[in-house]
Amino acid sequence: MALVFDALLALAMLWLAWQGVHAQTLFQAVVSFMLFGLLIALAWVRLDATDIALAEAALGSGVTGALLFAALGQLPPEPIRARRRTRWHRRLLALAWGLVLLAPIALLLYGVLQLEGRGLGAEVNASLSQANIGSPVTAVLLNFRAIDTLLELVVMLSAVVVVWSLGATAPSPLPWLPAPSLPALTRLLFPVFLLTAGYLLWRGEHGPGGAFPAGAVLAAGFVLAILSGARAPAPDGHTGWRLLICLGPLAFAMVAGGVLLAGYVYFEYPPRVAGLLMIGIEIAAGISIGFMLTALFFAAERDHSSQV
Amino acid sequence: MPPLTSETLFTLTAVLLFGIGAHGLTQTRHALRRLLALNICISAIFLLLVASGKHGDTDPVPHAMVLTGIVVALSTTAVAISLIVRRNRHRRPPDGGLHW
Repeated sequence: MALVFDALLALAMLWLAWQGVHAQTLFQAVVSFMLFGLLIALAWVRLDATDIALAEAALGSGVTGALLFAALGQLPPEPIRARRRTRWHRRLLALAWGLVLLAPIALLLYGVLQLEGRGLGAEVNASLSQANIGSPVTAVLLNFRAIDTLLELVVMLSAVVVVWSLGATAPSPLPWLPAPSLPALTRLLFPVFLLTAGYLLWRGEHGPGGAFPAGAVLAAGFVLAILSGARAPAPDGHTGWRLLICLGPLAFAMVAGGVLLAGYVYFEYPPRVAGLLMIGIEIAAGISIGFMLTALFFAAERDHSSQV
Repeated sequence: MPPLTSETLFTLTAVLLFGIGAHGLTQTRHALRRLLALNICISAIFLLLVASGKHGDTDPVPHAMVLTGIVVALSTTAVAISLIVRRNRHRRPPDGGLHW
């Protein structure tokens, strides 16, 4: 029964992926892609990867979708291409190429399915008590492979810098959403967003959750608030924004370097305060991620509103 | 032949999804469509990594790798979108309307 559900899910994912690339209009393609993101989040749940499901739904589908919609509003309509008539020998050639490529892919797939690795699950669980943290995934992210997570934050920070550098300079608030009930609704919902973000942050210590889903929820709250007329300083060039955006990577790097002064190795948390340090890093990272995602969205959107 | 389980099924799906993405990447013209195709390729690789690496109990290492990957993919997409918008700025319709 479960397998039937999985098969239907897989078929729907394949169909939506195809639509996400080849749908008739760009709008349909983006909507299909967002739906694809939500379905793949379901697939993650089926694979017992709840952490990834949360991140996929919040970041992969939600934030990416918002960015894509912001871009759609600024792009000229896609030129309608006259359907090119493909000659039959070209089609035959393409088919031959497809078959030639299919053989190594099938071979690789067969090899992947034969793999007998047992993974690192046992090792991680064995050293979990030393990490002072309940959730194995959070332990890998913030302790065993903490440098990956630091670099990941730096990648995101670089993306914000690049997007800001490319954007227009004219800042503007966004009073263009004609929805009279939105401000009242936002006033009601904003505390719920904050609470959910805080809960996800706290939950990351012992289960699925953590800084990235929390940051995404926080960003959703901010975006909604600003879209419904809350006044915020324009993200770029504002010192407060810059500080909040750098908070996470800075706190992380300071902890990583600070333990050197106490006589430990780079990124080796002192056992007594390890849990506390990781909670601190997680909170700082969550706040920064929230502001970074908001900045990414408004860097994409602001240009639009300043020109209309 | 390995038994047909959810993991096998999703591994196969991941391969097909990558095919769809790669085909879209080479066969579409519009930059945004190519970006969507690239994102489908990325998701396919994540799915392959977790689905093929799952043997019995859950392994947190691929999960952490995919979580990192999702964030990197999001950052890449954001930069790509701003580049696409920047390139098309001169070609906006004069009324600046929402033509999709």
